Amino acid sequence: MLIRTKINGEWRTADVWPGASLLYMLREQLGLPGSKNACEQGECGSCSVWLDGELVCSCLVLAAQAHEREVRTVESLSSDEHLHPVQEAFLEAGAVQCGFCTPGLIVAVADLLARNPAPSEATVREALSGNLCRCTGYVKILDAVWLAAERMRETPA
Amino acid sequence: MDVLLPRTLDEALEMKVEHPEAVPIAGGTDLMVELNFDRRRPALMMDVSRLPELRRWRREHGSFFLGAGMTYTRIIWDLPEFEALVQASRTVGSPQIRNRGTVGGNLGTASPAGDALPVLAAYDAEIVLIRTGGQTRALPWNKFMVGPKKTAIEPPELILGARWRVVRGPGSFSKVGPRNAMVIAVTSLCLQLDEDQRTVRVALGSVGPTILRAPDAEAFAARALADAGAWDDSTALVPRHVFEGFGERVAAAAKPIDDIRGTAAYRRHACAVLARRALRWALDDRRAAA
Repeated sequence: MLIRTKINGEWRTADVWPGASLLYMLREQLGLPGSKNACEQGECGSCSVWLDGELVCSCLVLAAQAHEREVRTVESLSSDEHLHPVQEAFLEAGAVQCGFCTPGLIVAVADLLARNPAPSEATVREALSGNLCRCTGYVKILDAVWLAAERMRETPA
Repeated sequence: MDVLLPRTLDEALEMKVEHPEAVPIAGGTDLMVELNFDRRRPALMMDVSRLPELRRWRREHGSFFLGAGMTYTRIIWDLPEFEALVQASRTVGSPQIRNRGTVGGNLGTASPAGDALPVLAAYDAEIVLIRTGGQTRALPWNKFMVGPKKTAIEPPELILGARWRVVRGPGSFSKVGPRNAMVIAVTSLCLQLDEDQRTVRVALGSVGPTILRAPDAEAFAARALADAGAWDDSTALVPRHVFEGFGERVAAAAKPIDDIRGTAAYRRHACAVLARRALRWALDDRRAAA
């Protein structure tokens, strides 16, 4: 079936199998492999994107459910010249090891800081509870969140 | 395989007449897992996530109506007065899951582990079903959920929402699992006090083929609070054996099995612990409010 979705500001059309997930459409049909495919059951958060502005696991959205709706992926956060402050902070804080969980975490942190520029530690932990990282132990990830929050408060987007 | 994409509830109900086999998909947090893992291949699905009529709630003469499309995130933000429901919503999955998952989905899946379901049972909710022409019927929660993942919905119907009489009194939801997030309940419990009727209601999740109430425990607690004078005086001392006795009776109402998430014996024990705590919290809340 033909699905027309506004993705990162641009209307795109894909011919998908009706049972395909939004994640599959993004990665395999629209050339956007930033969202990662790991658990396919909403456990790991690696496929996090925004659907009409809400943080969701794209593996749990039927591609057809995104028809005529708006999706933003991790690819929307940076350009060739500039990284998003959350991405900068992840690099600087050493919050990236194997990197597989990173795009999902970047999206989840960007979502949190857009809604709450000065979150408490408990709020951050709850906001990231749907994103699994098996390398870092999360300490460096939390460091990156504080760094990004501080910078984004100084220079709001 | 195909997907129907109705834009309004009327359109969806018309489609349901023509295609009664269409499987509704809302947040996808249950159904998509089955699709992704090739456990289920419905020939036809119907996206109900974009129907504005389902994403509503309203107060109606002492009752409350919660639309089936209300997500857990919206419940947390919009409905703080329903403490037990908000607590249950906060334990659902993760932010990503709460942004998509709906109470209607919990009802449609009818898993005994559905987090919203013990709350609806403790609220004595009725489930409102709708078919084309706007024709509705309401079933008490226990006539709607009739077995593990089995409901009394008929093919041309969709779940419109749940309705309950609003009661005055403290309530809570508690849940046992291996971590705080992304947990399917090993045991869950909702307790609600009704100050006006002077009753205690308690519902259990994940310890039976469907959600269970514990009527003996409820009657025992209501009587014990009356004997202690606690209904009239929230500072009255409720003896310790009341909490013990309540926990034992709640555990006796459970019908747990051994499965991958826990043993029957552990679940029964957890019921008693959660019941004692929930009753204690409710009495503490009353005292604090007084």
